[in-house]
Amino acid sequence: MMHSATDMAADPRARATRPEGTLVSDPDDGTELLEVSMGPHHPSTHGVFRMDVALDGEKVARLKPVFGYLHRNHEKLGEGNSYLASMPYTDRLDYICSLTNNWAYALAVEKLAGQEVPERAEYLRVIVGELTRVQNHALSVGFLLQDMGASGTPLMYGFREREKILDLFEALTGSRMMCNYMRFGGCRVDATPEWLDATRKVVAGLPGFADEFEALLCTNEILMARTQGVGILKPDLAVSAGITGPMLRASGVNYDIRKVDHYSIYDRFDFKVPLGDHGDVYDRFMIRLLELRQSIGILEQALKDIPGGPVMDPKAKIRNFRPKPGEAYGRIEAPKGELGFYLISDGGPNPYRYRVRPPSFVNLTVLEDMCLGHNVADVVLILGSVDIVLGEVDR
Amino acid sequence: MKTLEEIKAAIEAAVPGAGVEIVQNPGPAAQHSLRLQPGSAFEVAKFLRDDAELALNFLSNVTGVDWPDKEISEKVKVTRAVTKTVDGVEQTVEETVEETRKRVEPGYLEVVYHLFSMTQKHGPVILRMRTENRSDKVELPSMTPVWRSAEFQEREIFDLYGVVFRGHPDLRRILMWEGFKDHPMRRDYVEPDDYDYEPTAHDAVLAKAKAHQAAQQAAAEKGAAQ
Amino acid sequence: MAVDQELKIELGKQGVFVTTLQELYNWGRRNSVWPMNFGLACCAIEMIATTMARYDLARFGAEVFRPSPRQADMMIISGTVTKKMAPQVVRLYNQMAEPRYVIAMGACAISGGPFKQGYNVLKGIDRYIPVDVHIPGCPPRPEALLEAFITLQKKIDGQSLTGEDRPRFLNSEAPGEFAVPEPGEHDLEPAANKNVWTVPVVIR
Ligand code: SF4
Repeated sequence: MMHSATDMAADPRARATRPEGTLVSDPDDGTELLEVSMGPHHPSTHGVFRMDVALDGEKVARLKPVFGYLHRNHEKLGEGNSYLASMPYTDRLDYICSLTNNWAYALAVEKLAGQEVPERAEYLRVIVGELTRVQNHALSVGFLLQDMGASGTPLMYGFREREKILDLFEALTGSRMMCNYMRFGGCRVDATPEWLDATRKVVAGLPGFADEFEALLCTNEILMARTQGVGILKPDLAVSAGITGPMLRASGVNYDIRKVDHYSIYDRFDFKVPLGDHGDVYDRFMIRLLELRQSIGILEQALKDIPGGPVMDPKAKIRNFRPKPGEAYGRIEAPKGELGFYLISDGGPNPYRYRVRPPSFVNLTVLEDMCLGHNVADVVLILGSVDIVLGEVDR
Repeated sequence: MKTLEEIKAAIEAAVPGAGVEIVQNPGPAAQHSLRLQPGSAFEVAKFLRDDAELALNFLSNVTGVDWPDKEISEKVKVTRAVTKTVDGVEQTVEETVEETRKRVEPGYLEVVYHLFSMTQKHGPVILRMRTENRSDKVELPSMTPVWRSAEFQEREIFDLYGVVFRGHPDLRRILMWEGFKDHPMRRDYVEPDDYDYEPTAHDAVLAKAKAHQAAQQAAAEKGAAQ
Repeated sequence: MAVDQELKIELGKQGVFVTTLQELYNWGRRNSVWPMNFGLACCAIEMIATTMARYDLARFGAEVFRPSPRQADMMIISGTVTKKMAPQVVRLYNQMAEPRYVIAMGACAISGGPFKQGYNVLKGIDRYIPVDVHIPGCPPRPEALLEAFITLQKKIDGQSLTGEDRPRFLNSEAPGEFAVPEPGEHDLEPAANKNVWTVPVVIR
């Protein structure tokens, strides 16, 4: 059913023809494909995303994603804004994980301008970044279950945990969702000892939440029946299609940018990269739960040995910030995959080109390949397991 | 990982006549890139992906960049033959004068690819390609047959910049609707004027709203006069 | 006919409950406003948070999010309306049955918000459909959405069923369908529905 990267090279139009085995009815019966437009308004919880689906009975014979219903011209606005003024806009890319977006952007600008980040700021970045990962994974699992028909309960558990973490963000940055916390060369404000204590308390409660969540879901028979063997993604296709994040690792490819790029201070922490072997929806769901546990481990270590010191590089320039002409690509392992920013500077106060490399957009490349031959009811499930946020897909 | 010079040498050994150039990046990031010729780019891309040592099997990011026509004015010294009357005799003398000349450097659209290797865990290797101009010769080879991840990103560049990717399996608009005519990420794009009502503290928006109101009024007066 | 308030209280003390048909009718309507399950952007996450355990929109009788516009009474425009999405939003609004209400949640739905200068962003949904309550914020906190909802309930409570200012659904002359804009070559056509939205006059 899948194409390897090499047959794709042999025939660029290979995808246009229907792969074998996806047609259930006999073509000689005179049956027709049924065209269904799913979205942009549809009952699942992934925003304004549309899929043009052709059905053969209940089975998906063709699926074309249609984008752009939330295209908010992020990149164009970024070219008209100063470097710092784009920071709050990054919050609104993947609006569930604003802090990791801030981080990726700050990292790219720091590369562009050759700036340093003090140690305490790096620790704070890791702490808020991993908290973001925890709440994103809790939420994405909740949404996945919601799409499966487990209406309410798992999502409520996810949101309960998320509210605790959002309270921490609010105490630190002043906003629940749109934190706008990082600056080029550090972080905007320092964390108080009380905040760190409160965070320790929340983190201490997280393993209990993970246990509860796993006990509730992992061995649930309906969940297993609906997700195992559904939406399989083969590793060679995943690599060729540039899939990153939990989705790639669920297909068994060991690639975590925290380990590969050694950015920030991730080398100091002891954590594992969970891998799946089947690459189906169940694996993607499990990988998120396992990563959540690893993040808790990182949080515990970071909260234990966070040093004192400044949170902002004293040499960093806030006003009149003009990096030298040049370009830089900076990327981090965001909860959804590789989030990169590519900036070209012409020496002016605004970037000449401001490009976002969104993980969820690229991860959708294989949506059709994963859905072909499955029931139409599984399409929403497979989409849920990709874990997209439209703010980032369409920008 | 090999240095960029070594990669260039390896490409030239594998694809004769590839004509790869190194583009220096003056900034502190020092991420230099390779400029490919559209004619041989596809072969080079396949080599980069399949070479065992490089194994650049992960195309992460595809970016379109617009470089509009640049008007450059420069001072040039020119020698001219001038006819002059010296001491009552008409003579032709050579004279050096300074002249400001305007030269238009033609613009182009550029596509930048950021490559990594998932097996060797190195990168980025940056490739760039340029179109001949910004209006009619905007074709470039598509990398989608080599790396699937280019599929949507190249469609996005086609939509927002108007680069036509030869060999792309499904080149349609992706973010804007079918029937939309412009390429909004280009630098000379004129946005639709719909700033009807803006009592705002935001200067840029206020200026646009005022311009809009003035235009509306002028149109109304013109209509009344007729 | 309105009941004398004092008499009503006095009777209430005696265990006699009097009301008007209008009050009873509005009381019922206000406490069973069903929102449409419809999210656009970042604000939608806050809208979902409002329905979850901590903020619990269900306390106000609005917990049932209906996926179909036919079964919904209220549309929360939660997020940026892009020009590509605007025709669909208007169409969904047209498909809702009267009485129907609209809450514009967040800066984007009101005016385009931070993305106002984008070429694909609609500068406020009230250019195409009538909006009952606007909540500012980016995103508005869940408390703000609750406040907007309470405001809407008050509005429903104050509607009189007869007379000139009766609500749209009791007025057979009032428009039921709103023109759906067409995506054009450069912009939506028309850029605003002149029957719904006129350029406000700024008084300084
Ligand atoms: S108002 Fe702010 S939070 Fe809400 S949709 Fe717009 S940008 Fe997102």
